[in-house]
Amino acid sequence: MTRSISRILKSYFMRTFIAVLLGFVVASAILFITGYNPSQCMAVMFNAVFSRPKFIVNVILKSTPIILTGLSVAFAFKMGLFNIGAEGQFIVSTIASAIVGLVFNFHPIIQVPLVIMSGVFAGAIFGGIIGFLKSKFGIHEVITSIMLNWIALYLCNYISNLACFHKPESDGTYPINESGLTLFMYKWKFSEEGRSFLKNNPVLNDIILKTDFNFNFILAVIIAIVVWVVIYKTRKGYEFRACGLNPDAAQNAGIDVNKNIIYTMLISGALSGLAGALALTGSSNPVIHVLPVFENYGFNGLSVALIAGSSPIGCIFAGIMFSALIYAGQSLQFKLGAPSEIVNIMIGTIVFFVALSVIIPVIVDKIVEKEERKSA
Amino acid sequence: MEINKDYAVQMRGISKFFGNFQALDSVDLDVKKGETHAILGENGAGKSTLMNILYGLYGADGGTIYLNGEPVYIKNPSVAISYGIGMVHQHFMLVEKFTVLQNIILGNETTDKFGIINMRKARKKVIEIIKRYGMNVDLKKKIRNISVGMQQKVEILKALYRGAEILILDEPTAVLTPQEVDELLEIIENLKKDGKTVIIITHKLKEIKKSSKECTIIRKGKFVDCVNVKDESEQSLAEKMVGHKVKLLVDKEKATPGDVVFEIKDLNVKSHRGVDVIKNLSMSLKKGEIYGLAGVDGNGQKELMEALICRLYVESGKILINGKEIQNTSTRNVLDSKISIIHEDRHRYGCILGMSVADNAILEKYREKPFNANGFLNYDERDKYTEKLIEKYDVRPSKCKYTKIRNLSGGNQQKLVIGREIENDPDLLIAIQPTRGLDVGAIEYVHKVLIDLRDKGKAILLISLELDEILDLSDRIGVIYDGSIVGEFDQKEANEQNVGLLMAGGKNNDEEHI
Amino acid sequence: MLNNILIAITITLMYSAPLTLAAIGGVISERSGITNIGIEGMMSIGALTGAAVGYFTQNPWFGLICAGIAGGLLALLHAVASISCRADQTVSGLAINLIGPGLAMFLSRYFFSGATMTLPVPVKLPKVVDPIYFQNTPFSSLSIDASVVIALIVVIVTSFVLYQTKWGLRIRAMGEHPAAVDTLGVSVYKSRYTCVIISGILAGLGGGTVTLAIISQFTPTAISGQGFIALAAVIFGKWRPIGAYLACLLFGFSQALVILLGGGSIQIPSTLLAMIPYILTIAVLILFVGRSSAPKAAGVPYKKGER
Repeated sequence: MTRSISRILKSYFMRTFIAVLLGFVVASAILFITGYNPSQCMAVMFNAVFSRPKFIVNVILKSTPIILTGLSVAFAFKMGLFNIGAEGQFIVSTIASAIVGLVFNFHPIIQVPLVIMSGVFAGAIFGGIIGFLKSKFGIHEVITSIMLNWIALYLCNYISNLACFHKPESDGTYPINESGLTLFMYKWKFSEEGRSFLKNNPVLNDIILKTDFNFNFILAVIIAIVVWVVIYKTRKGYEFRACGLNPDAAQNAGIDVNKNIIYTMLISGALSGLAGALALTGSSNPVIHVLPVFENYGFNGLSVALIAGSSPIGCIFAGIMFSALIYAGQSLQFKLGAPSEIVNIMIGTIVFFVALSVIIPVIVDKIVEKEERKSA
Repeated sequence: MEINKDYAVQMRGISKFFGNFQALDSVDLDVKKGETHAILGENGAGKSTLMNILYGLYGADGGTIYLNGEPVYIKNPSVAISYGIGMVHQHFMLVEKFTVLQNIILGNETTDKFGIINMRKARKKVIEIIKRYGMNVDLKKKIRNISVGMQQKVEILKALYRGAEILILDEPTAVLTPQEVDELLEIIENLKKDGKTVIIITHKLKEIKKSSKECTIIRKGKFVDCVNVKDESEQSLAEKMVGHKVKLLVDKEKATPGDVVFEIKDLNVKSHRGVDVIKNLSMSLKKGEIYGLAGVDGNGQKELMEALICRLYVESGKILINGKEIQNTSTRNVLDSKISIIHEDRHRYGCILGMSVADNAILEKYREKPFNANGFLNYDERDKYTEKLIEKYDVRPSKCKYTKIRNLSGGNQQKLVIGREIENDPDLLIAIQPTRGLDVGAIEYVHKVLIDLRDKGKAILLISLELDEILDLSDRIGVIYDGSIVGEFDQKEANEQNVGLLMAGGKNNDEEHI
Repeated sequence: MLNNILIAITITLMYSAPLTLAAIGGVISERSGITNIGIEGMMSIGALTGAAVGYFTQNPWFGLICAGIAGGLLALLHAVASISCRADQTVSGLAINLIGPGLAMFLSRYFFSGATMTLPVPVKLPKVVDPIYFQNTPFSSLSIDASVVIALIVVIVTSFVLYQTKWGLRIRAMGEHPAAVDTLGVSVYKSRYTCVIISGILAGLGGGTVTLAIISQFTPTAISGQGFIALAAVIFGKWRPIGAYLACLLFGFSQALVILLGGGSIQIPSTLLAMIPYILTIAVLILFVGRSSAPKAAGVPYKKGER
């Protein structure tokens, strides 16, 4: 094995690629054992994502919140914190955004930022609590996160049922005021003029009229780049990385680790909050409703961050892949009757192999050594 | 030498690779039964690796081991133990939260039915051994509450409890007071009388002279010589160890101390667990002198440092630099007050292994201009500065600024850390165990840098567990015991005996009862 | 009043039993030095297996045993990753949490013609104290499942093994200083494998008791989050079996509180009541526990010959 091949095999990208491949292999094996035709299943999944522009757009639209929760988790990882609380931060953000979006009704120029910022703020507070309890009392962030997730869930259910917000004969609130939505030309596309224009253009019709078309994804990409810049280019990002890699040495160098824990969790919470706010404002049914179980936006963010190896840019791609898999899984169920949960197994397997992939460089090094010693 | 049953251990052609690095290259070893044999070599020469192979912790990539003339295959430590081999590692293998007795019996418990441990039986058995070799150890105490010397005895007991006939001691004296060293030598003598074979790994020449009859010298993974200790001088042993002529004494002019720059007055500090650890400690340092703080590990050195950098709360007393109080402020403030620190255990406290050399170079300066440009890092300036450090402090390889510092050798890591601290232009430099784990060349370099700095009129506080280093380098020596300075000496009047006595608290440290 | 107390006891014990089993599993794994956040996944697969086997064989005990085996098999994956491959234990555990519920629902759909719920088991696990015996007595609302007794036995046995036997001594040492154990000739790898698999078996049993004793069928929400609560109980209980058990009882009790107060004279929305256990946990942690003392080596991949 030459050095360049070993270097490629050891790179994070290649390791992840192998993990994804193995995820597909395991899923195919399970499908085969349970009597489904794997190649047919893969074809259906492929078509579910790529056969119509609408599908591609939907995948991208759905990826936006998990890219952002992924960024939230990845950011905390850089500081050595495990933000399993992204789920709760996401939920409280939707609650705050929904309340503000229902109570106020300003011009969109004010309303949209107001709704989104209130979500971001709520997420940051929830994240900040985790950071504060860790730095002040030494309470493990995972345990606070788990508790806060449940508190957020029940808070959501409480608010959904409050008389002043609850929409009769539904399990949720009234939709937020239209002025707070970030949907693309929401009124126009349903108007006479819009419909007739789109009718003449089938592709645009498919992607604009038939989806909740919005530009939140672009915002998510910008945020990913900003996060990357903050982590790798700024003074503060340097502090975060130093604290994450070796808190003792960072503290000895005069970096206030406890303060940075709080900052990190505030920012991480804010990112999950942004995910929640955008998920609400970018939906044509912008309500919060009773949650019987978690909707997993935050937990999926964990998987996204892990698959991306905590790289902010990687989160974009991992998020899209994740979203595509979920989308494809639904169609698998619909078209072939194959359980859509195969996708969850697949994602789990990918994450599992990402965890295992730390062994790849070790194995590659061993092989290289053996060969070099033989030739020497 | 022939394979012969008069030899407890014979190793032939032992080789070992770690990755591409060859740690051992066909090394031979012959240890006579019932004698003390020393293995001499620099840090990183491969002594410990050789012994870890004998103990079954590593598999050898080549070579054969013979015990009492018979070839054996030692697959893992339990095989080694069954052959009667015991090993005391340099970093003790003790569970801090457990009691002494629990640590001794771990893995070889005396049990009743259903694996239930019978502590009484175990205690009886251990006390027998203790009496036989004259060791004083309190079996009920937790490891974290006993001294290092005591912990070492626990390690020896662990081996004897398992019926060891061959005892390997890895750098046994590195952290002991001179009195404790004498005590250890006595224990070794007792073991020998009982017919046991002892192998001592060390890089200290004096102890070899005191303890061993024969000595095998290893350099850079290769066998150099096996000598009769009484035929050799310390100088000749040192040359064989390093491979060229060495100066055993540190070269330095007499100090010309100036005004007082740093003072600690009646300091009292509680540990994280709320115990009084620093008790009315006072000391002062003048410009242009090296003050050596001698003491056995665990007498408050660590807490003194933590209090100084504001990681522990100062209950009462003052810490002054250039007349300014700095206690209970912030680490940042301490560093900004012209104090620089070379921390012990650079892997844990001094550098960030997962970051590049360049990122480590600016660890304390990143927030200052020109590295910080309006909240952004200026990478060009960082790189330029790093190149300067690499050149000035001879960090190798010279093109390593983007390499993760993890991949540098220990000596080069330390050079970078020392360079980084000295470039801060401190009024006070604190060096804690600055030469730990380094080879002779790097040690000489570090000592030279410290003395140069002193001659430039800086104050240096040297904290070391190695008394030799303190005695060689310091102009003034203070002894810390149980959280207080219990005595100060000028270099002229200090020697192993008087300093060592104070390190042990002025009385024998082992009057604790079983 | 007596009635309410008895109901509280019944509910507390009923809810805490699965949590206890899972949490004790967590204690064993973490004490040996392997962080196990995959408890949730192992419970899920146990819950499905218990319900499915219980349904097909009509034997709840057989179902329970299979639930344990299923949990153990999933734990084996975690063990391979975190012990042999020295993978990040958090990531591996998280993967288990994705695979476990996914696989459970997949299998449910496969065996129960596309439904994410299994059919109800014909026979539930027996009760040790059955209200039938107490009809028309003041104790008519007291009911104790067999699972409660199993959980209690597991707590006592684990505590005994951990603190009185040689295996316990080794496990505890391994979580603090694996190299110390290795140099004494005890294989850290083997022992850790055993501990992680036992941990999975207990989590599987915990999941099985949910579906075989409490709700009598598997549903997608049968476990949702209990594994994480068990994890919290491990930390809360300071990595001690008795401590974890008490924490689980606290969670069970607050569950009882929710049900009792929800039906009481003062109308408090059930959603707010449902937050009590979680707020209580945080409050208790702030007030009493402080800096938690995890096993020193937990979560750190161990490689032979390294210190």
